[in-house]
Amino acid sequence: MTMKVSSRQVDGVTIIDCSGRITLGEGSVVLRDTVRDVLSKGNKKIVLNLQNVNYIDSSGIGELVSAFTTTKNQGGELKLLNLTKKVNDLLQITKLYTVFDVKDDEASAVKSFK
Amino acid sequence: MAMTEQRVSYTLDSSLETIDNAEEKAAIIATELGFADDEVMQISMAVREGAVNAVLHGNAYAPDKKVTLAFERMGDDLVITIRDQGPGMDLSKIPNPLAPENLLKTSGRGIFLMRSFMDVVEIRPSGTGTELKLIKHVHGPSAGGKEASQ
Repeated sequence: MTMKVSSRQVDGVTIIDCSGRITLGEGSVVLRDTVRDVLSKGNKKIVLNLQNVNYIDSSGIGELVSAFTTTKNQGGELKLLNLTKKVNDLLQITKLYTVFDVKDDEASAVKSFK
Repeated sequence: MAMTEQRVSYTLDSSLETIDNAEEKAAIIATELGFADDEVMQISMAVREGAVNAVLHGNAYAPDKKVTLAFERMGDDLVITIRDQGPGMDLSKIPNPLAPENLLKTSGRGIFLMRSFMDVVEIRPSGTGTELKLIKHVHGPSAGGKEASQ
């Protein structure tokens, strides 16, 4: 299953709904391009909703890190929402769970931005 | 395929399709061998990471270089071998992805994930390519594998 994304605005926060696989190749590129596009429009409060991401490899993990640092370097903030168990486990073993701000419901994710 | 036989091998191009194919074959074989769902995911992901290394870092997508992928049932072990025809990797240059200074790096987690998911990970670089051996015990623990050596 290829990666699909769509974005929407909720109270000044851009929520990027992702589904499919974030892996080397198309999936990683789609995520990268989407985050860059959102940032280029001046939207610096970003939530990646990974509820329907059923698979991620090391390249996909790298893309999440890249999205996080790119957003931060532009003065923004990127948070993760609704991790599946697989993605959650991967972030735990790679210690990235301590790096990302991970939320499990959309309302609190939106409210958490300053 | 194969697990009625004891060994099956494939010679594959240095392409993104090879990575997906390798992952898919690993999942099929691991399922046939009766691994639990989470173990099937671990094995197929480890194979995917190994294939990524072979295609990208080993063969660098060179059309004249091949990736050899083999699955073998040896006693209570599933032994998976991935070979590339690249220049060989320098194991001393593989950083620890869990070190604080490396946490925000966008690459360098593939071998770590393989070691996390498999019972044994052996990497043998040479001037004519790198051989990666991944072993999962058929009736082994379902998680928390560790490497025997590099």
